[in-house]
Amino acid sequence: MEGPCPTPAAAVLVAALAVMPSGMVRGDTAAGAYAVVGDAVPAPLTAAPGDPARGRAIVLNRQVGLCLLCHSGPFPEERFQGELAPDLRGVGARLSEGQIRLRIVEPGRLNAATIMPAYFRTGGLTRVAPAFRGKTVLTAGQIEDIVAFLATLKD
Amino acid sequence: MSARRGGRPLPALAAACVVLGFTQAAPAAEIPSAERRSGYEFMSRETRAMQDDDATNPAVLWLLDGEALWNRKDGAAGRACADCHGNARASMKGAAARHPAWDAAAGRPVNLEQRINACRAGRQQAAPLAYESRDLLALTAYVARQSRGMPVDIAIDKRTKPFLDAGRDTFMRRQGQLNLACTQCHDELWGRKLAGSTIPQAHPTGYPLYRLEWQGLGSLQRRLRNCLTGMRAEPYPFGAPEFVDLELYLMWRARGMKMESPAVRP
Ligand code: HEC
Ligand code: HEC
Repeated sequence: MEGPCPTPAAAVLVAALAVMPSGMVRGDTAAGAYAVVGDAVPAPLTAAPGDPARGRAIVLNRQVGLCLLCHSGPFPEERFQGELAPDLRGVGARLSEGQIRLRIVEPGRLNAATIMPAYFRTGGLTRVAPAFRGKTVLTAGQIEDIVAFLATLKD
Repeated sequence: MSARRGGRPLPALAAACVVLGFTQAAPAAEIPSAERRSGYEFMSRETRAMQDDDATNPAVLWLLDGEALWNRKDGAAGRACADCHGNARASMKGAAARHPAWDAAAGRPVNLEQRINACRAGRQQAAPLAYESRDLLALTAYVARQSRGMPVDIAIDKRTKPFLDAGRDTFMRRQGQLNLACTQCHDELWGRKLAGSTIPQAHPTGYPLYRLEWQGLGSLQRRLRNCLTGMRAEPYPFGAPEFVDLELYLMWRARGMKMESPAVRP
């Protein structure tokens, strides 16, 4: 094949794009790209698997995860849990890992008016304080730790 | 507050807004006047009692300083506030309830602290008092005390309207790394718990006030800086036009509510 025809590899890609499931979009932040399929981000953000114990610590830490400002969960030792968001109890039974991942990475995709911050986003924000400028709320590794932990909350 | 929870269920308007990355939160309706509640009503009984009784309200110490400053001659002009205004109990009645107010020289609304500093510069020929300094807080609290119990009375006219609108825009705008807007917490989620704190409606009726967490008196702008920092947004500098516009909007939003300066908050 000569001339303006695409190379075989490019042709395959174009064909693949054409048959992409309708809900699939490429989420994109300066931090990295991730594929959104339907209401999930099925692929992990890191090659290394998340660690549930580290994930638990991040969820409970009010300066790092911030989750308990808004959410409550099965953490009887924690006082002053938030009541602005669904209880995280049983979330691992309600949602797949991919669904949980999207809800942390970019909850605004499901609910544009949500108060839940997008934890893996740096773009499109206004007046970010200098200490946080250009940074995501959590790193890809921290998000994978949280996903691994929440997946264990089965009941 | 009784068992009544926030103004409304969690925002469900969202479905209609498919634009991603927008910075304006879905506009929430203003809290109807019958539902307006001062932060006072969300406090524990003990903290309310502390505010109610001059013998226990720690802000009273600043009022005594403020009264002394009111009567003290100062600046190159060697004049005291009292030399022009007489007895503050009469002349300053309602002043705090009307501010931020239009200032012809500035060509924009100014807040009470700026009004006081304009008198220092113009009439006393004295150096301005620094924002959050003990003296400025004391004088402001003393002046604001004279409006206690009076309804907030912000006059909006052709000149002040653009500033009110700018303040409202700031209140509605998502800001900071957490991408939150004031309206999301204070119009939609008031009465509910953010971790251990009940979210109030953000009425500015008690400032300057004694905050237990600060262990001292602080201005409304100090409070606004706290919320902005929580949102991981860059706070405006003290006295910035954006802050005064936001104050103007908050006061207008609280119109008719009773002034309670100097209040106490957790
Ligand atoms: C400022 C508030 C806020 C913070 C902070 C927050 N969330 Fe959320 N979250 C919400 C709200 C509100 C919802 C409900 C859905 C919506 O509005 O988008 C939600 C939904 C979720 C869901 C879906 C729950 C379900 O049952 O469908 C998960 C999972 C979740 N959050 C996890 C987290 C984790 C993990 C963190 C911290 C790393 C966190 N959230 C931090 C407000 C918050
Ligand atoms: C994530 C939730 C949240 C956001 C966003 C937020 N606030 Fe607040 N705000 C609070 C909470 C909680 C308190 C009470 C804190 C306390 O009592 O310790 C508060 C207190 C206040 C008060 C004091 C009210 C009183 O009775 O003295 C004002 C005024 C205020 N906020 C204005 C604002 C403005 C203006 C913005 C936006 C620039 C804003 N807030 C953003 C949660 C929020």
